[in-house]
Amino acid sequence: MSSASAVVPPIKSPPIQSDRAASVVTEGRIVRWLLIGVAIVFLALFLVLPLVTVFVQAFAKGWAAYLAAFTEADARSAVRLTLITAAIAVPFNLVFGVAAAWAIAKFEFRGKNLLVTLIDLPFSVSPVVSGLIYVLVFGAQGLLGPWLIAQDVQIIFAIPGIVLATIFVTFPFVARQLIPLMQEQGTAEEEAALTLGASGWHAFRTVTLPNIRWGLLYSVLLCNARAMGEFGAVSVVSGHIRGLTNTLPLHVEILYNEYNFVAAFAVASLLAGLALVTLVVKSLLEWRYADDIAAGARRH
Amino acid sequence: MAEPPLRPRRRFRQPSVIPGFGLTFGYALTVLSLIVLLPLAALVLRASKLGFSGIWEVATDPRVASALKVSFGVSLLAALTASVFGFIVAWVLTRYTFPGRKIVDAVVDLPFALPTAVAGIALAALYAPNGLVGEQLAKLGIEAAYTPLGIFIAMVFIGLPFAVRTVQPLIVEIDKEIEEASATLGAGRLHTLVHVVLPPLIPAVLTGFALAFARGVGEYGSIIFIAGNLPYVSEIAPLLIVIKLSEYDYGGACAIATIMLGISFLTLLAINLIQAWSRRRFGYV
Repeated sequence: MSSASAVVPPIKSPPIQSDRAASVVTEGRIVRWLLIGVAIVFLALFLVLPLVTVFVQAFAKGWAAYLAAFTEADARSAVRLTLITAAIAVPFNLVFGVAAAWAIAKFEFRGKNLLVTLIDLPFSVSPVVSGLIYVLVFGAQGLLGPWLIAQDVQIIFAIPGIVLATIFVTFPFVARQLIPLMQEQGTAEEEAALTLGASGWHAFRTVTLPNIRWGLLYSVLLCNARAMGEFGAVSVVSGHIRGLTNTLPLHVEILYNEYNFVAAFAVASLLAGLALVTLVVKSLLEWRYADDIAAGARRH
Repeated sequence: MAEPPLRPRRRFRQPSVIPGFGLTFGYALTVLSLIVLLPLAALVLRASKLGFSGIWEVATDPRVASALKVSFGVSLLAALTASVFGFIVAWVLTRYTFPGRKIVDAVVDLPFALPTAVAGIALAALYAPNGLVGEQLAKLGIEAAYTPLGIFIAMVFIGLPFAVRTVQPLIVEIDKEIEEASATLGAGRLHTLVHVVLPPLIPAVLTGFALAFARGVGEYGSIIFIAGNLPYVSEIAPLLIVIKLSEYDYGGACAIATIMLGISFLTLLAINLIQAWSRRRFGYV
């Protein structure tokens, strides 16, 4: 998905660079700078400006107003719920991703392509539909609804529903990162370890895990960013009960719809900060460990 | 027993000395079924109860039809815009050197990292009539917020990384010797670009376009704040699902969801066909 930036070619040596204007494999100087200008202006206008706006609006009425947004009990419970959700969803998908990648990358079996496609499925489903399907299963009118009511178990409009919807939308992150990576690494090293008497678990822990650790960290980072920021799917299953089933993005929505803009952007700035940290760490990982994160140069 | 030995292709799994297949495969399949397949099956089940005529009835309801038209129409335009500018960005990032290139490259992934609701309220604040950009547009007589133009802006935002990241790796791979050969044979730079460089990139551009389109159709969080959500004007299909659900009209919600799901599967199919064609025509995906 976003491993592409890892394959930017190294900067050319100075002699070629100084000779660029005359080179036959690039455009004229004016066209070059024109295109660079178009790209930068476009990105600044469409991507950077919204990000800057979040912080400008958050501090529009000064520090005191900014901090006041976080002293509210509802804001704190939203932070807590977001952390709880991510703390369940991310490890869950981590275990699933590693297990799926082990089965798919280390073995040859029939129907493998179908399995990979099915794991990717949640990425092509609208967030709102992702929430809807859980309402259809666990909601009061859902398939299991009457039974759940009889057992006095609430999933929709409660924390379990929020966690389930978050797991769904972040489901493919770890698996789709690890599968091509582990496929490229092959099975020779594990086979060697097993031949030397290691148990399967020992081979995984001491051979496979060190090989995939940067890719794993990379995918967990992206999985976490999505888990904490998911809005559409969580919005459908949450019921928007203040202080109980509001995650941070939902809290932002409520504050914004109440015209409490400073508080809305203050809470949003927390999520924007998370996004910035994610981008920085992600870029650092790509620059330093490009080969250990993704398989090959061309992976979509 | 005259039973011949198992032929390899009839076997489910090739033999291997590596342990853990049963455990990891079983676990992965169980989790996949419980989290993804069964809930999606619930949607299909519900939709099948409505039947084709039931879904058609919902789809042709004027408000639903207009929301679907807005979602698909605007997403098509936004994906087109994202593809054009995404291509320029990808080209600039791989072929030219300029100060800050690595940072610009990192910025492209911002829409992946920024929660959609945050992007949504930021775009709404920017393009509102009293916002930084909205004010300037208002002077030109253009209303962005609370119109389909606002939806377009949000969809371009969300679709751009797909357009850039699918094309970028292929631009890196272009063999410069082919360009040199073309130049040596007397072609001008523009001629080389149009006839030599661009054709092999077309499948990637189409794939990026399809991904951006699919994402735009399903997008919710970054759109609802800037869209204004006026029925028949700037109401998108995902929002209508939410509205139907809040009215406990599960059938209506399912019908719209099924239509959207159907379209995204068609898009996925199109992507696979593009890639199969590309593999035949150019030898790579």
